[in-house]
Amino acid sequence: MWKTILRRVLIMIPEVIILSILVFLLAKAMPGDPFTGSINPKADPAQIHHLMKINGLYDPWYQQYWNWVVHLFHGNLGNSYQYQEPVTRLISSRAANTLWLALLTMVLTYALALPMGVFAGRHEGKLPDTVIRVYTYVTYCIPFFVILVIGIWIFGYVLGWFPTTGSISADATSGFKSIWSRAYHILLPAILGALFSTVNIVQYLRSEVIDAKRSDYVRTARSKGVPNKDVYRHHIFRNSLLPIAAFAGYSITGLLNGSIFTETVFSYPGMGLLFVNSISYRDYTVITALVLIYGILNLLGTLLSDIILSIVDPRIRIE
Amino acid sequence: MAENFNRNTNVSANDLARLSQEAEAEATPSSARIVWDEFKADKPAMVALVIVVGFILFVMIASLFINTPKMMQTNIMAYFDRPGTDGMWLGADSAGRSVAKQLIVGSRNSIGIAIGLTVISSTFGICWGLISGYFNGYIDWGMQRVYDFMMMLPMTMMIIVLVTIIPHYNAITLTLIFSIFYWEGTSRLIRSRTLAESEKDYVAASKTSGTSNFKIIFREIMPNISSLIIVDTTLSFAENIGVETGLSYLGFGLPTQTPSLGTMIANANDPNNITQYWWTWLPAALEIIILCLSISYIGQVIRRAADASQRQGAGD
Repeated sequence: MWKTILRRVLIMIPEVIILSILVFLLAKAMPGDPFTGSINPKADPAQIHHLMKINGLYDPWYQQYWNWVVHLFHGNLGNSYQYQEPVTRLISSRAANTLWLALLTMVLTYALALPMGVFAGRHEGKLPDTVIRVYTYVTYCIPFFVILVIGIWIFGYVLGWFPTTGSISADATSGFKSIWSRAYHILLPAILGALFSTVNIVQYLRSEVIDAKRSDYVRTARSKGVPNKDVYRHHIFRNSLLPIAAFAGYSITGLLNGSIFTETVFSYPGMGLLFVNSISYRDYTVITALVLIYGILNLLGTLLSDIILSIVDPRIRIE
Repeated sequence: MAENFNRNTNVSANDLARLSQEAEAEATPSSARIVWDEFKADKPAMVALVIVVGFILFVMIASLFINTPKMMQTNIMAYFDRPGTDGMWLGADSAGRSVAKQLIVGSRNSIGIAIGLTVISSTFGICWGLISGYFNGYIDWGMQRVYDFMMMLPMTMMIIVLVTIIPHYNAITLTLIFSIFYWEGTSRLIRSRTLAESEKDYVAASKTSGTSNFKIIFREIMPNISSLIIVDTTLSFAENIGVETGLSYLGFGLPTQTPSLGTMIANANDPNNITQYWWTWLPAALEIIILCLSISYIGQVIRRAADASQRQGAGD
């Protein structure tokens, strides 16, 4: 067991190193330099040249990369050129917003998907199953950003049920009021995100339940007189719970990718919106940091899922 | 052969003709035939097929008659015309440009990119999956590590970064950038099927008789998983429509002077547009929804046709 985890972690290390080199080189390849825009427009080109020189921007790329990595390990990701504050502080102030949204989306996804999956499997081939299948099919193939736009149009603007921008309203300053205001702002994006990401869990759970219905242990439970409701709740559902939990890791990847769209549509100040803004302002330090963070979070999500799966299923452990 | 047969048995020529006719009738129909029967049995599938094929043909032909630079010119007199005024069926946007015409040219661009992306990324993904699944050992291990690495990359972000790096990008470079990141799903699916397939007896027999690996992979295994390939390609086409339009919506896809369904939906980013001038973005959004639903429904039907136990058409 530990061997598998150790092996997975060891493979991660070169992946992170290659990612960091790639990100660094891509940032270097972006047009422009960090100083021309940030100082006085009448500045002497020689002065910019001097700034470039003392900041080491004329060094060979491997040396610059090395400096960057050393700073990275000291927790210093540089300054944002757009906001004129340290990248670490900027991102950590935005990260909480993104993570709360992701967390609520995930909770809602499971709250919707688990009952639906069991229900569809239990009534296999009947009307509820068909309805749920049509629902998963529709949500699977429509591009997410279209749903977000239509969702904000109907529920945010036409019906006016939800706020359409920001993460907190201006008058909610303290205590319970501010918590409620924050929750209220992420509710619509989280509901939309949850409604449209249940497909995998529902389909997996459905087929698990259908398989389990015909298995021996369920027949034994039935024949010793366990009520039907309890067979589903304690026997079948329990058994498929862990593999379902493994989906949580993978769905981090999807949520992070989706956060760029969600936050743009809802003008929600999280990491995704920060990224889109930084691209427009060519704020390289922020861009590199965000790509690196998203890559590492993806990696950790996959690692989490793999560990859970290898606990559940001994066949996929590496010997 | 029939002559030989006649000489050695006492079956008359008439009987033989009848027997071979019967055999033909009972033989498994060709795959194209099966798929067609499936469509005939499922009316909504037929509707979806007509919508998709008809719509793609329509935008391809109609966009030939539209002068794009002229269409994209600002016409202040038609500022936010309501649908139906000034001879514009779907109204005009903030620069007085006809929404209907933009919709046609935009659909042509978006669908064209989706087709290109599907062709490139599916071809690459299929080859990758076949090779990785067929050769066990170091080749597979190495290819799997590359796959893992690609899966780790934050896709949308990487595409946006690449788009900003390339100085004069157009539809072709955009399609290529997308293709770098969208082959993984296909390759994973094909690899797992190839793994199962290459353990079968016919592959072992072919190996023993000295067939080259290349021939086994592409002439023997690939035809055997062709139904999977067709289904997967159809479904990823539906997904790929969302790729370019999504990036264009964010403002990192096609340049603003080239209409796309995504840039049209981006009109909804303005709080005034989204409620007051709904005709500037809603048609494009609805069009994407209908197209994606229809295409993936077609994919579902082909999947059903490929699996004999689920067929509805030409039953028994």
